[in-house]
Amino acid sequence: MRDVANRALNIAQQLGASYVDVRLMEHTAEGIEVKNGRVEGVSGGASAGFNVRVIVNGAWGFASSARVDVAEAERVAAYAVQIARASALVTGEPVQLSPLTPQRGYYSTPMERDPFTVPLNKKVQLLLDADAAMRSVQGVAITSGEMEYSREHKIFISSEGSDIEQELFDTGAAISASAVDPSSSEIQTRSYPNSFGRQAGTIGYEFIEAMDLVNHGARIGEEAVKLLTAKQCPSGLKTIILDGPQVALQVHESCGHPIELDRVLGMEAGFVGKSFLTIDKLNSNYRYGSDIVNLTADATIPGALGTFGWDDEGVPAQRTAIVTNGIFTGYLMSRDTAPMLGLSSNGCVRADGWNRLPMIRMTNVSLEPGAWTLADLIADTDDGIFMSINKSWSIDDRRLNFQFGVEMAYEIKNGKLGEVLKNATYTGITPQFWGSCDAICNRDEWTVWGTPNCGKGEPMQVMRTGHGAAPARFRNVQVGLGNW
Amino acid sequence: MFSDETIVRTLLQKVLSHSQADQTEVVYLGTESALTRFANNGIHQNVAESNHELRVRAVLGKRVGVATTNRLDEESLRRVTEQALEIARLQPENPEFHSLPEPQPIVPAAGYSDRTAQFSPEERAQRVGIIVRLARERGLEAAGAFSTNASQVAVASSLGIYAYEPRTDSECHAVVMADERGSGYTQRMSTDASALDFEAMAREAVEKAQRSRNPIDIPLGEYQVVLETYAVGDMLQNLIFMGLSATAVQEERSFMNGQFGKQLLDPRVTIYDDGHDPAGLPRTFDYEGMPKQRIVMFDHGIANAVVYDSFTAAREGKSNTGHALPAPNSFGPIPTNTMMEAGDASMEELLKGVERGLYVTRFHYTNTVHPVKTLFTGMTRDGTFLIERGELTSPVKNLRFTQSILEALGDVQAIGRERVQCSDYLTTVAPALRIGRFNFTGITGS
Repeated sequence: MRDVANRALNIAQQLGASYVDVRLMEHTAEGIEVKNGRVEGVSGGASAGFNVRVIVNGAWGFASSARVDVAEAERVAAYAVQIARASALVTGEPVQLSPLTPQRGYYSTPMERDPFTVPLNKKVQLLLDADAAMRSVQGVAITSGEMEYSREHKIFISSEGSDIEQELFDTGAAISASAVDPSSSEIQTRSYPNSFGRQAGTIGYEFIEAMDLVNHGARIGEEAVKLLTAKQCPSGLKTIILDGPQVALQVHESCGHPIELDRVLGMEAGFVGKSFLTIDKLNSNYRYGSDIVNLTADATIPGALGTFGWDDEGVPAQRTAIVTNGIFTGYLMSRDTAPMLGLSSNGCVRADGWNRLPMIRMTNVSLEPGAWTLADLIADTDDGIFMSINKSWSIDDRRLNFQFGVEMAYEIKNGKLGEVLKNATYTGITPQFWGSCDAICNRDEWTVWGTPNCGKGEPMQVMRTGHGAAPARFRNVQVGLGNW
Repeated sequence: MFSDETIVRTLLQKVLSHSQADQTEVVYLGTESALTRFANNGIHQNVAESNHELRVRAVLGKRVGVATTNRLDEESLRRVTEQALEIARLQPENPEFHSLPEPQPIVPAAGYSDRTAQFSPEERAQRVGIIVRLARERGLEAAGAFSTNASQVAVASSLGIYAYEPRTDSECHAVVMADERGSGYTQRMSTDASALDFEAMAREAVEKAQRSRNPIDIPLGEYQVVLETYAVGDMLQNLIFMGLSATAVQEERSFMNGQFGKQLLDPRVTIYDDGHDPAGLPRTFDYEGMPKQRIVMFDHGIANAVVYDSFTAAREGKSNTGHALPAPNSFGPIPTNTMMEAGDASMEELLKGVERGLYVTRFHYTNTVHPVKTLFTGMTRDGTFLIERGELTSPVKNLRFTQSILEALGDVQAIGRERVQCSDYLTTVAPALRIGRFNFTGITGS
């Protein structure tokens, strides 16, 4: 394998590249889906290949191939150089890389139990048992469960002398139950531990065992049925408490994406847009949220989905303060964007496979815990709405105006949870919303939620990110969309 | 990708001959793709990929396993075939599974352009340069991407299916920005990359960006709207995900449940899926090797049909319409060549019918709020204008909308005569529409 990488690197240098890096990657995954009491699908797959990234005449080129041999390494390296020369025909400022000491080493995801070694029929049966628990509830119409685990082995070498090998594992699962009433065009869904994909981490099968999926099946089934006839969430300016998974989603969309420096610099403008966190806001005391809001990007949190040893430019995993006591203090950066601010990369670049260009991605962007217990927070709220687990999300192209919907909500009256509410939504403007945050729950309530399906880039890349979050309270939030 | 079909066919036959399963299906996908991305008036990302994938579906009685690989050496072929069988063996029966499909004749279509397959990095840069140059000349900023892709798709099964299709596609989209709030947009797709008119695309985005400077605030509420083709295509895509799959109907979670034969949309609206229609990118068979049928989902506004694969068709005793995704998938079949029939109105005529309303170029980050009620939300983007007495007057700051798609398509007042093919997650072909009421629910942040 290394001879292929070295050959590609040498050829690219001979052809005039001022910088070269080569990644050899093999991704192995298994996925299990059950639905409505039967196995919907079980699949296993492997994808291997390599890529060559070069700078020629101050412009980037990138080429990749599934054929891993020396002859193909020569072809792909030459093609990457040709592409870079073509880039230089319509180029802006020449690319500069922030300095990096040559990196050498090995990193492997720490875990207790490799998910690939657990017998397949045992994993299938776990999901079927959880499915049966959901279906035991009268009125549940659709049930599903999924589990996915993967292993990514990668080697990185660069013309600067870095040589890194990593073996990353991630493991995740989730279940969901829906109740349907065709006569009223109503459908309501509850998920556990999270919706849209699964709860996942860079961790072994012990993570799935700890979820205790089977014992949560009946509960979410009952909640889905209850929601079918629940009262519509009222509209108006309200105090809301978001649960941990919804806070994680809020962080992902309204903090994680707008702090990507490539987006800030306009590099994503042709696709998903820019960011309201423009570079003039860094180091200028810009208020992102209230004094209690502290956000970090940390690729070193054990078990979190955005954790690794080095990023895909060979920069060591690290922790960066993003918002400190409500003030905006840092971006997610790459080696080619950080110098534009006179800074160095903070190790936030990843690619979702051997055939994709590494780009700035969230690591684990988290809201740091506060001081409250959830029970005390609810008890402290006279009139509000508690919202749990996301079911709909949308945010504008500068990450300011958002509208999110949740699976389930409860009225809060006089410090107690009251009636169940369906179809709850809330909307806001990012800095105003975070500015209205007046309470965050403590570390006992804090969990790193995995987002295994973050889309970005062209061609589209799907990345695994993590978000530490605890329930939090926000004041004067626009809730509801009326009756529908 | 391989140089010719014979090599692909031999590969598939080799997998079938290795298999010990009761039934076996193998799908081959080979790709040579390239994408040139630009921003801040320069190329900043420029990539190419050479890849191939084999998907093997093994059936043992009523047990089904799928394994994939992108290694095509002899040992990997044997291993992936055995892995699919082993996965099938280790799981419980699916009582609803009947069989892989039997072969059916496939009508070919012209979905391949050698010109696209041969497009070079220099040619992509030259085309992108046309958009960048015009933006620079006008003091604007362009960002976007231009991709050219060639692929080979083949399906073979132990039941005698063999389907092969070489395909190409090219797509370019660009956002041109006049300032922090004013921007314009263009997007075009074609099987033949040399058929894309970059000069016209550049003019479209640049001229709209120039008109979008200094947008005004307007009160929220319901407005009569003219939605450009891009916005209509986005709306169609959302409608597909909400319930035009047989799986959604069979699970009674589709807006089509109980509505077949009823007038759900305006009688002027016909929506169909057709893999042979040259207005789109021809795709003649699905991932089970079944011929794609033309399916009219809404016929003059009447709810008519959804799409099927072999599993959902057998479950309901219906005909397979050839809309399977790669197995396994829990979504079920999906329309991938969806189109709305064109009308007869020019853009001027669409605008003329509006006393005071909004013109929307495209939507941004749309998402389902409630699938059965077809409620979706999103933002307007890259050219939102006030229409007064039939003419575009002021640019308007982007707005959030929350709207039922069925209600919008039930209130269509006129349909444009031009259609544009757009691609996001799905590819759609749509005309512009004038709609009586569209609900705007939120303002831009600052």
